[in-house]
Amino acid sequence: MSAHAPRGIADVQDKVLSGQRISSDDALRLFAHHDLPALGALADQVRLRHHPDPIVTYVIGRNLNYTNVCWVKCGFCAFYRAPGHDEGYTLSREEIGDKIQELVDLGGREVLFQGGVNPQLKLDWYLETFRWIKSTWDVHIHGLSPAEILYLAHISALPLRECLTRLREAGLDTVPGAGGEILVDRVRKILAPGKDTADEWLGFMRTCHELGIHTSSTMMYGSVETTAERVEHLGRLRGLQDLTGGFYSFIPWSFQPERTTLPHIPKASAFDYLRTLAVARIYLDNFEHFQASWVTQGAKIAQVSLRFGANDFGSTVIEENVVSAAGTTYRMDIPEMERLIRDAGFTPLVRDTDYRVLGPYRPSESARALLARGLAPPIIAGQRPGRAEAGRTEGGAA
Amino acid sequence: MLQAIQRAGMSAIHRKVVDGERLSGDDGLALYACADLNVLGHLANIARERRNADLCYFVRNQHINYTNVCNKDCKFCAFYVRVNDPAGYTLSVEDVRRRVEEQIAEPITEIHMVAGINPRLPYQYYLDIIRAVKSVRPDVMVKAYTMIEIAEIVRVAKKPLEEVWEELKAAGLGSLPGGGAEVLSDRVHAEIFALKQTPDEWLDMARSAHRAGLRSNATMLYGHIETPAERVTHLLRLREVQDETGGFLTYIPLAFHPENTELSHLPPTTGFDDLRQLAIGRLMLDNFDHIKSFWIMVSPQISQLSLWYGADDMDGTIIREEITHAAGARTPQGLTREALVRLIQEAGRIPVERDALYRPVASRSVAAA
Repeated sequence: MSAHAPRGIADVQDKVLSGQRISSDDALRLFAHHDLPALGALADQVRLRHHPDPIVTYVIGRNLNYTNVCWVKCGFCAFYRAPGHDEGYTLSREEIGDKIQELVDLGGREVLFQGGVNPQLKLDWYLETFRWIKSTWDVHIHGLSPAEILYLAHISALPLRECLTRLREAGLDTVPGAGGEILVDRVRKILAPGKDTADEWLGFMRTCHELGIHTSSTMMYGSVETTAERVEHLGRLRGLQDLTGGFYSFIPWSFQPERTTLPHIPKASAFDYLRTLAVARIYLDNFEHFQASWVTQGAKIAQVSLRFGANDFGSTVIEENVVSAAGTTYRMDIPEMERLIRDAGFTPLVRDTDYRVLGPYRPSESARALLARGLAPPIIAGQRPGRAEAGRTEGGAA
Repeated sequence: MLQAIQRAGMSAIHRKVVDGERLSGDDGLALYACADLNVLGHLANIARERRNADLCYFVRNQHINYTNVCNKDCKFCAFYVRVNDPAGYTLSVEDVRRRVEEQIAEPITEIHMVAGINPRLPYQYYLDIIRAVKSVRPDVMVKAYTMIEIAEIVRVAKKPLEEVWEELKAAGLGSLPGGGAEVLSDRVHAEIFALKQTPDEWLDMARSAHRAGLRSNATMLYGHIETPAERVTHLLRLREVQDETGGFLTYIPLAFHPENTELSHLPPTTGFDDLRQLAIGRLMLDNFDHIKSFWIMVSPQISQLSLWYGADDMDGTIIREEITHAAGARTPQGLTREALVRLIQEAGRIPVERDALYRPVASRSVAAA
């Protein structure tokens, strides 16, 4: 090491290089360490242990935000409309079908089926919708979120385990780790008082894993949490993963203050993103996959994150592609994603939602035609185009 | 990091950097072939901290683009319009004065003035707009005219270059920006900016400016048709002139923005390339004091990261940038001092508000940050 590198973390570096687990205190010290390339190199070392080949994967998937009606009223969310609001929508089967068909034409299988906690929609609606989707297309439903499913179990007066079992039988394959926010109740009470507690969220995940339903995990940092609370969040994820091994991946993203009830909070910086990603990669030694969040960070920083622990570029999302680039919405298409991955020195390969590598993207005739003419604009009742996606960044990469 | 350096095949270069030994052109090529961004950052940071410690400079400045009329037809430019195009504008001397007056409440120390080549402007105009700035704000440093503008000024002045330097200085010119170097390669020159001065002429003019006692910056417009070898040659040529004159203040890589240009089929630069370009600039240009990350072009996010990839300068608050925004830049057209200071401090660097010659601005230095 040069004279610059140690700056008080040499012992942590030694631990990491010898494959030992780092403590929460170590993680806090890494967070306080400013030498960004040193953090990146350490995270890259851990990434290399999990993924020795110079490959970066991504999944051809799409967001399907079936409803924006939600009663939970999280202060950080600009997507939802309260029940009864005239901008509320629930997609029809025809609208859902068009979106899935477009994904299938593109060669994709992952449907990220997420919306709000809509009191109008009962368990049967989900069961019927999932059965219909699965009987019509060969797709993977990566769907709902702890908050949505906990609510469904509640209004159906069913134990969570039973509710999940029925959803799985109807076609739910995996559950995104949305709503993890920060797994510390002090923070959750400020951000999302109507939502599940940290224990409930983790208990939900544990139940999923016990039933064989894999999930992802997330962290929404950069709002009101302290660094210690970020580490506590990581600690709780690592603890559960030790027990179940059911998390496929970890995806940190930054709180997007615009259009929320907390607009005074400055947006977390790129430095903070890369540092957080790197520390998480180093700390979460029992997690296999780390996703770059181009939806919140943009193309440039997402690409750089491939040297800060990320080994996956997430989903093509699709609807983001057609949203006008105004504001904070980032656009990304498959050729651009692959260019960024190659430019950073990696080979882009397509994976499925279970992280099985499928190989290079080979667009079919229909996909080529679709890519050439551009994808259809989002169909969102009562909203100006793109608004739903712009606000719902946290759904995009899970 | 040592493992990463070894894995990337950078051990010999690392040794040279640690020893403060000059890197060769082959080393430059090896750096451009290195895909490990952390290794590049680590190496560049050794050179950066040796020269600038933990400091990060910024300036409170104003940009004035006095005309968009230009007869050089550069393919990478979205800003210019041809002579007689109704979309063309040229600020009068009075307009320039008014632009400066509009910002009189801002504690600006530098005014950056560059524009197109409008062949109808007389010599007197170039002297008068500098005087106009100085008449409103005698204390600001006027950093004006890229080398191609100087060539045009000499043409309309019908006087020797040496005499023009003296008259510009007498009018109030303080220093020269570094734009217009593009890529110092005859091939690239012939293909995309053929009507501008040649690379040799650009370098000669920089030498002449330095001899006249004017400091200037140096840039490289990267991310279009140039090869890594051409980038390396560019850096070596700058380094050579700097060895001779010592007149360059700062090196500023400029990211090409393709939108609305004749090269709009090209993709924009990536974050990796932006950071690499700064890092390799820092490593190769061992005789330059400062490396600037121009956030207007690479985004404030990348500029913040760049403080660990060789850069020690984030440019400034910049009021009303127009040239890159004509090429579709989605960055803001200005940043507040508070926003800049926050980005710098968060990255673990010490913000220093500077003037155009990197002297700390006393009343609002680090302590106030």
